[in-house]
Amino acid sequence: MGRAKRPPQVLYGSVFMATSESKSSVIVPGEASTGCWSCGTMRATHFCSACGKVQPAVPVDYFTFFGFPRKLELDTAALEKEFYALSRRLHPDAFAQADPTERAWSLEQSSMLNDAYRTLKDPIKRTEYLLRLEGVELGEQSKQATEKARATGELKKQVVPADLLEEVFELNMHLEELRAQKKAGEDDPALLEEIGEAKLTLEEKYDALFNELKHEWKKWDAAVDSGTEEDRRALLARMLDVLNRRNYIRNLVRDVNEAMEN
Amino acid sequence: MATDHIVGIDLGTTNSLVAYMQGDTPAVIPGEDGLNLVPSVVALDGNNQVIVGNPARNYLIETPDHAVYSVKRLMGRGVEDVREELKLFPFRLADDMQPGEVLRIRIGGRSYTPPEISALILRQLKRNAERFFSGPVTKAVITVPAYFNDAQRQATKDAGRIAGLDVLRLVNEPTAAALAYGLDQRKNGIVAVYDLGGGTFDISILKLHDGIFEVVATNGDTHLGGDDIDNLLIAIALDDIQGDLKLDLRRSGEGVQRIRKAVIEAKIALSSQPSTKLDVELPGGHSYQREVTREMFEQLIQPVIDRTIGPTKQALKDAGLKPAQVDEVVLVGGSTRIPKVRRLVQELFGRTPHTDLNPDEVVALGAAVQANILGGGSAVTKEMLLLDVTPLSLGIEVAGGVTDKIILRNSTIPASATQYYTTQVDGQTNVAIHVLQGERELARDCRSLARFDLKGVPPMVAGIPRIEVKFLIDANGILHVSAREQRSGKEAEIDVQPSYGLTDEQVENMLLESFDYAEEDFRQRQVIEARREAETILAALAKGKKNPAWQELTSAERTNAEALEKALVAAKDGNEYLAIRKAIDALNEGTMRLAELMMDTAVSTALKGKAMDQTDLDEGPAAGHPVAKAEFK
Repeated sequence: MGRAKRPPQVLYGSVFMATSESKSSVIVPGEASTGCWSCGTMRATHFCSACGKVQPAVPVDYFTFFGFPRKLELDTAALEKEFYALSRRLHPDAFAQADPTERAWSLEQSSMLNDAYRTLKDPIKRTEYLLRLEGVELGEQSKQATEKARATGELKKQVVPADLLEEVFELNMHLEELRAQKKAGEDDPALLEEIGEAKLTLEEKYDALFNELKHEWKKWDAAVDSGTEEDRRALLARMLDVLNRRNYIRNLVRDVNEAMEN
Repeated sequence: MATDHIVGIDLGTTNSLVAYMQGDTPAVIPGEDGLNLVPSVVALDGNNQVIVGNPARNYLIETPDHAVYSVKRLMGRGVEDVREELKLFPFRLADDMQPGEVLRIRIGGRSYTPPEISALILRQLKRNAERFFSGPVTKAVITVPAYFNDAQRQATKDAGRIAGLDVLRLVNEPTAAALAYGLDQRKNGIVAVYDLGGGTFDISILKLHDGIFEVVATNGDTHLGGDDIDNLLIAIALDDIQGDLKLDLRRSGEGVQRIRKAVIEAKIALSSQPSTKLDVELPGGHSYQREVTREMFEQLIQPVIDRTIGPTKQALKDAGLKPAQVDEVVLVGGSTRIPKVRRLVQELFGRTPHTDLNPDEVVALGAAVQANILGGGSAVTKEMLLLDVTPLSLGIEVAGGVTDKIILRNSTIPASATQYYTTQVDGQTNVAIHVLQGERELARDCRSLARFDLKGVPPMVAGIPRIEVKFLIDANGILHVSAREQRSGKEAEIDVQPSYGLTDEQVENMLLESFDYAEEDFRQRQVIEARREAETILAALAKGKKNPAWQELTSAERTNAEALEKALVAAKDGNEYLAIRKAIDALNEGTMRLAELMMDTAVSTALKGKAMDQTDLDEGPAAGHPVAKAEFK
């Protein structure tokens, strides 16, 4: 932890980040056009292609960081390979004996590398990241909002996906019944079986939604190359809808599990 | 540099070791007594001379209030979380401890913080290495339990600094062990390291890939180990003695330590034979004997070792792996010598664990490998890279006392997260941030790391300021925080109140106190003094920037001054005396004109008839050069 006297030791970070306006909650793409600070040659984003020295971090989005287009069907094997290759060059271990400035840059660069890799390798995180990058608010259905509401016990606005209305209604009735029975110390195997079946159906839907999402990826990737702005907006909205429905089901399954365990 | 040895140190609960890279293989450096293990015991003799290691063990029995052991259990913890510990271990807190203060432990007539006691052990290891190399040793890699939290890590780093060591890296113990194994085997695949030591348990799952050691998940318990097994046996013996001999030894330091020594011997014997005899000479001429069978022993320890199952399963789950997908299992820590523990691991993973390296030494050997990597590497380590993770999620407290997790556990480090804050009241200039570590949903159930107070937010209408706070966990697993108000572009000042731990000033004072003023320590002092000088200069420049003279500089001059300022801020955090010195001189040079202008402003103010005492004397001619006192130039 930082200290009383010399706290923001790693103001390194913001000290060396470009101080100009990056206002969005996701880093806005910047330009890396200046030469290497050490040898002056033109350089790649992370380290100089000529002399190999690490460069100050430039605020870019995670796709750009890896040199990928903003597409969602991502070759994760290639991503991993690139992650390992960049790790070897940027990790603070390689700069343990370097001067403090280079050490600070390496810390900055490798934390960004790790953050970017963690986000892009996970299909859901990658999709959510792209949505935010494109200015879409994930809102109420996001995992974060849900968890916060659960912890505080606040009621959260739940938008029940239309195709689930009937099932959810029935399931909630059953769950109420189950809780009441448990309180009374009763046991109704038939009810448990019914809830179990409903849960299975939900889990199938959950998996199907992932396939639906992947389907949207394909369309998105094509639209990046040749679609209109309108196409892309529509696709973003569809992906958000799939994610919301998927989150809704995940929360529901969790409620079922909790009701059955308690 | 041939003289620049970077050593690897395993600072253990029970034993500590120092190792180095001897050509292509890591080797443990023995002490003067020829032994590899230095027991983590510190004692004061009759003349208040510090005794560390094997010789200190005798003091535990002869003058138990003049010795301490297992102090690692207290690292980075507050009074309220060591209550349980105090019931089981003969730690004596200093009488004058204040609430909220860092723990201080009494040894004889003196009191020490846990980092200071650890520093005494580290100094012994440093001396052993210096004797071995016939030259100074100032840089080290120190291992910590993977499941150590931020405060425990910071306390360990502080201990290193107090011992006069530049701690290049804190490495997680199971990961270090994997490095030592990996050096031997050079295989790709999934490796699980099960590390049950004297006081801590860690489980780490790693993916080995062409020299990259990528930790995918880690879990553990920083208060679970051989000590807990010893305490169970001690409790039984004390009950027996009270029943049979009508003798209550619970308050007898000497009695308990004699029993402790005997049960440890019995525990060790039971790893190789089916039964053994406890035989203790008690104070007052009594004696206590008892036969202990392995069967009894195994029944007794079952609840203790079962506590490793939960973390192990969680780590596998977090890694997204089934036990069968683990290619190798490595055992680390003295407690894994117990046959029952080995059987448990075998059951958990369905395969026979590796035991080819000495479980007491493998962590130190791995630390030596990492030290070698940080030193630039050699033919065998050139391709090796460790990618470790943070064991615990990092969160901040939000409305309703809820933890909002911003960096999840098992994230590869360095890792960062950026949060945005605003104000709730018009004109509000401070924003408080409470940083937490842990997995629980409510803030009160997580570990409080620190409270940050962002100061100097420009007064604006509520909700308008946009304060960007960046949380960064470095490769040591230690958190750093920086903040900036985005509308004004102003760096927000952060006032940190660490929940546990020493301030920098305390650490440096301890360091100065601990110096023998020996020659090898001179360099470290130079760095500390240069840092203080840098701080004075930076403070002066900060003031200078508020002076109208600052605006009179050309924008190129201002940019230059600011670049130099940043360079000094960075240099001052490093450990290179020359780098700090150079940065100080450069900043002095680069702000010379500012100083002259300020002088002029002050003079013209005086000419306008204002009395000198109405101007800020700190910024006027009386202060001379705003960034340097006369003695520097």
